[in-house]
Amino acid sequence: MSFPPMTPLAIRAYTATTALGHGREAQAEALRTRRSGLRRNDFGEGATADARLETWIGRVEGIETLALPPELAAYDCRNNRLAWLALQQDGLPEAIAALRERHGAERVAVVIGTSTSSIGASEEAYTRLDDGAFPADLRRPLLHTPHSPGYFVQLTTGLRGPCVTVATACSSSAKVFAQAARLIHAGVVDAALVGGIDTLCGSVLFGFNALGLVSTRRCLPFDARRDGLNLGEAGGYALLERHDPARPGLTLRGYGESSDAHHMSAPHPEGLGARLAMQGALARAGLAPAEIGYLNLHGTATPANDTSEAIAVRGLFGEGAFGAGMPDDGLHASSTKGWTGHTLGAAGIVESVFALLALERGLLPGMLGSDEAGETQPDPACGPQIRFDNAERTIRYAMNNSFGFGGNNASLVFGRE
Amino acid sequence: MMTTTVPTNMLTAHIESIGFWANGLPSWQAAREFVATGALADGAPAKPSPQLLAPNERRRSPESVAVALDVALAACADAGRAPADLPSVFTSTHGDLSITDYMCATLATAPRDISPTKFHNSVHNAAAGYWTIGAGCMREATAISAYDASFAQGLIEAMAQLAEGSDAVLLVGYDTGSVGPLLSVHDCAGLLGGALVLSRHGKGPRLVATLADGEASAPGALGRHAAANPMAPMLPLFDALAAGAPRAALKAGPNRVLTLEIGYD
Repeated sequence: MSFPPMTPLAIRAYTATTALGHGREAQAEALRTRRSGLRRNDFGEGATADARLETWIGRVEGIETLALPPELAAYDCRNNRLAWLALQQDGLPEAIAALRERHGAERVAVVIGTSTSSIGASEEAYTRLDDGAFPADLRRPLLHTPHSPGYFVQLTTGLRGPCVTVATACSSSAKVFAQAARLIHAGVVDAALVGGIDTLCGSVLFGFNALGLVSTRRCLPFDARRDGLNLGEAGGYALLERHDPARPGLTLRGYGESSDAHHMSAPHPEGLGARLAMQGALARAGLAPAEIGYLNLHGTATPANDTSEAIAVRGLFGEGAFGAGMPDDGLHASSTKGWTGHTLGAAGIVESVFALLALERGLLPGMLGSDEAGETQPDPACGPQIRFDNAERTIRYAMNNSFGFGGNNASLVFGRE
Repeated sequence: MMTTTVPTNMLTAHIESIGFWANGLPSWQAAREFVATGALADGAPAKPSPQLLAPNERRRSPESVAVALDVALAACADAGRAPADLPSVFTSTHGDLSITDYMCATLATAPRDISPTKFHNSVHNAAAGYWTIGAGCMREATAISAYDASFAQGLIEAMAQLAEGSDAVLLVGYDTGSVGPLLSVHDCAGLLGGALVLSRHGKGPRLVATLADGEASAPGALGRHAAANPMAPMLPLFDALAAGAPRAALKAGPNRVLTLEIGYD
C-alpha cells in the first residue's frame, strides 16, 4: 500500500512512568547512564507467589502505597493507580486543562492502549470469591472489562470527545497515535489525549511462561544468546493537536499499520508485516528511510521477534550505504526492553516517549542486556543499523516499532520541526 | 497531496453490506424476516461455524472468534469484497468472557497450568488475528472496546479510516455471554455479532454520523431479542436497516450518542 503524506500533528506534552521511575526526567537519566529498571521477580501474592517464576521484571515503584483521590476510589486497582500516577507527571494535568479550555471537552478525544487492562483485579476476585461471586469490594463491572483504563482516564480528565480503549496486545499504545490522528484529520475532534497503561498480573507472567517466551535471566535483545523476554509495567501519555507550522516543536509525522497474516503468537519469519508497517509510516511522513535518525525497535528479546525484526530493518534500511564503513550518523536502531522490560500494551507509548527524548535531547539509547562480563554477541541477522552502545547526536526524525500477538503491527514516525 | 482537515464532526459512509448472527437468527436475512414477521429461523445452530477457519478449527474456536468471523465473512461475501483487501475494525465490550473465566480460575489455583493456546486466545484482538490469518489479509486491523459505547466508537474509527483515505473498511461488533463468577459483575447472555462493509463511494444506504449529547434509540425487535448481550447497543442501527428507517442513535459514551442519518435510494 502507498499513502499520501499526512498533515503532521503537534505533540504538546508527553510523559512515561516505568520501572526507571516516574516521569520523563527519570527515563532520560536512566537511558543516559544505562541504569536498568529490571529486578528479580518479586511480584504476586497467594497462588501467584507460591508458583512465582524465576525471571526478571520491570516493576514500577510506589504503586502499592499510592492512594487514589476519594472521588476515584471506586475504581481502585493496580492498573488505574498506575494510570493515575503516570497522568500526574510532567505537567500533564495543566496541559490537558489548557486543551480542554481551548477546544472544549467534547473536542478532545481519549484513546488509550492496553493489553490486559485491570484483569489483575479480576484475578484477585477469583482468589477470594464470596459464595461463587465476586467479593463486594470488587463487584464493579467497569474494573473487569477491557475499557477499564480508557474509562478511568476519561473520568479523571473530564474529557468528553470519543473515548476508546485500543487492545491489540503489544501494538496497542502505538496504534492510539494512528487512531487519534484519524479522529483529528476527520474533524471529529481538535486534539487527543493518547496513552497506554499495562500492569504486571498473573495472566501475562504465567501466560508468556506457558508459551515458553519468558527468560530466567535479564533479557538480551538482539544478542545471539537471547532466550526470552522480561515482563514490565508502565504508563504514559501524549497530547496531540493540529500542528501550527509557525510554532516549532515535536510532531507526529506518520503512522503505519499492518497484519502479518501468519500466526497468533509468532511473528512472520521474514518480518513482512513489520516491514509493511514501517513503509506505511514512512510514506505518510513523506520520508525516505535514510532520513530516520533513531529507531526504537520492538526488540522483545524472544528468539523469533528479534530475528524477524532484524531482517525487516535490514531489508528496508538497506545494506549499501552502510557495511563495514558505515558512517556514525547512519540510522541508530535499538531495543530499550533491557531498561524497562516488555511493557506490553504500554510499550508503544513508552518507546514513543523514548523516541521523542531522542529527538528532543539527541540521546540515542543502545541496548542493555550484555552478559555478566559486559559482552554482547549480536545476532547474525542484525544489520549495521542495530546498535548496542548509546550515542549522542542531533536528529530530525525518529521511528518506533510495536508488534503484537495476532500479527498486529504498528510503526510511528516523529519529527522535530 | 496533503490530507484535508475540515473542522466538522460529521462522518459519512455507504453501507455496502451487512453480516449478522444472533441466537435463533443466524443470518442478516433471518434478522430481516424476524423484524418483518416476528418469526425466528427454524433449526438455527447454537454457535456459528466460521467457514474461514479450517474444519478442525471451527468447532474448537472460541465463541467470540466464531461469531466475529462468521458475520465478517458474510458481510464481505455480500459486498463482493475479498477479505484480504479490507482494513478491519473489531469492536467488543468484553472480548470472550469464558476465556477470561478460564484464565482467572486457573491463576487462582494452578497458575503454571495455563494453556498457551487459551492465553493467546485471551487477547482482545484474537478475532482480528484469526480473521487476518484466515483471510491472508496484511491490511491494518484493530481491536477496541468502549464498554456500552463499543459499537459506536468502532463505527467512528471505521468512518475515520474512510475519511483518511481507505476505500472500504470492515467493521465487526461481537460479544459473548457471561459465565461463572463473572456473572456477578456482567449479567449477560447469548452470542451476538454484526458486521458492516463500509465504503466511501460504494453502493448501499448512505450513512451520516454525528456525535452529540443525548440518549440512544429505544430498542426495536432485534434490540429486544438480543437485549441480554453486551453488544446490544449496536442494534438500533441494525433494527433501522432492517426496517428501512431513516435514523438511529447509538450509545457513544456517558450521556453521548452517535446520531445516524440513513439515506436509502
